[in-house]
Amino acid sequence: MDTQHYMEERLWEYIDGASGAEEKLFIEQLIATQTEWRTKYAELLEVHHLMQQHLELDEPSMRFTQNVMEEIGKYKITPAAQSYINKRVIYGIAAFFILTIVGFLIYGLSQVQWTSGGGSNGLYSVNVNLDKIDYSKIFNNRYTNIFLMVTIVLGLMFLDMYLGRKKKDIQQKTL
Amino acid sequence: MYTGPNDNEIISRVLRGEPSLYAELVKRYQKFVFTIALRYAPNREDAEEIAQDVFVKAYRNLADFRGDAKFSTWLYTIVSTTCISFLRKKKLDIRPLDHEQVLETASRLDSGFKANTIEQKSKVQMVNRAIHLLSPDDAKLITLFYKGEQSLEEIGQIMGVEPNTVKVRLHRARQRLKDKMETYFKEEVKDVMGG
Repeated sequence: MDTQHYMEERLWEYIDGASGAEEKLFIEQLIATQTEWRTKYAELLEVHHLMQQHLELDEPSMRFTQNVMEEIGKYKITPAAQSYINKRVIYGIAAFFILTIVGFLIYGLSQVQWTSGGGSNGLYSVNVNLDKIDYSKIFNNRYTNIFLMVTIVLGLMFLDMYLGRKKKDIQQKTL
Repeated sequence: MYTGPNDNEIISRVLRGEPSLYAELVKRYQKFVFTIALRYAPNREDAEEIAQDVFVKAYRNLADFRGDAKFSTWLYTIVSTTCISFLRKKKLDIRPLDHEQVLETASRLDSGFKANTIEQKSKVQMVNRAIHLLSPDDAKLITLFYKGEQSLEEIGQIMGVEPNTVKVRLHRARQRLKDKMETYFKEEVKDVMGG
């Protein structure tokens, strides 16, 4: 069964013209010399030709194009996403979050007491005392306020850039 | 294949303020879009609704078409996602037909097939009826490959999978189609393959 499946896969690749030069030559030899391969090839080729020549597309109603054109009359083409998504803003936001995470990580790690304990195997082990991390220093009001301020500033920057671009577009159109 | 301006020229002109030219693109691709929609939708009305939705979406997002791929590839990606959303919205299942359903569908199709003496041995009818017995995904894949003028890479883009996956799925879909033809259109297959 697997051999059959394998043979069919290789023959389909050959029929689709997706085989490499060496493989193509090899399949051609198999078709020429082995009855099983030749029969299967003829069978698959017939299916391929049926699909190629006789598969038909259905037709929608006569009014279809008209209906579509009437429908699109209600809409405007939306501006390309590239024109209103500024990559620099996205990079800025990403940088902010990455820096925040890295900052927290550095702060958190600096609070950990790194002590080397002699394990039974003589290997070093890291003694991480999570109880000693002072979470109240991280999640206090000051940090929350700073986070909010930076988010608001970034938001305003984004809005300013968006409005500036829109104004520029309008000016260009009126010229 | 098509005379007149190519797809990219039409798109540029539509974007420059000639929306009526969009009708040309609709005419070029409506049959294909409708056929794919019909693979998923339970009836022609729903398929037409999906196809219309596809062209409206494509129009509204035309400015996002960058031209680095073929317009047809971009459009068929919209077809694919719209069909899936339609099925989700209508809460329809995209599982392939079970054995009983297949028998029922085949016998319904086959009786129509036999009733028409002139077209009885028509390869066109056999192929197009057999394809309705496949799962929508298999039928779509075969249609994209044979009628959509899309390469394996482009089909991969449309379906969001690797070209190698497309290749394997296409092999399986064709195998299933062959099995369906041999099982449910035995006599016709004998005539067609023999002749």
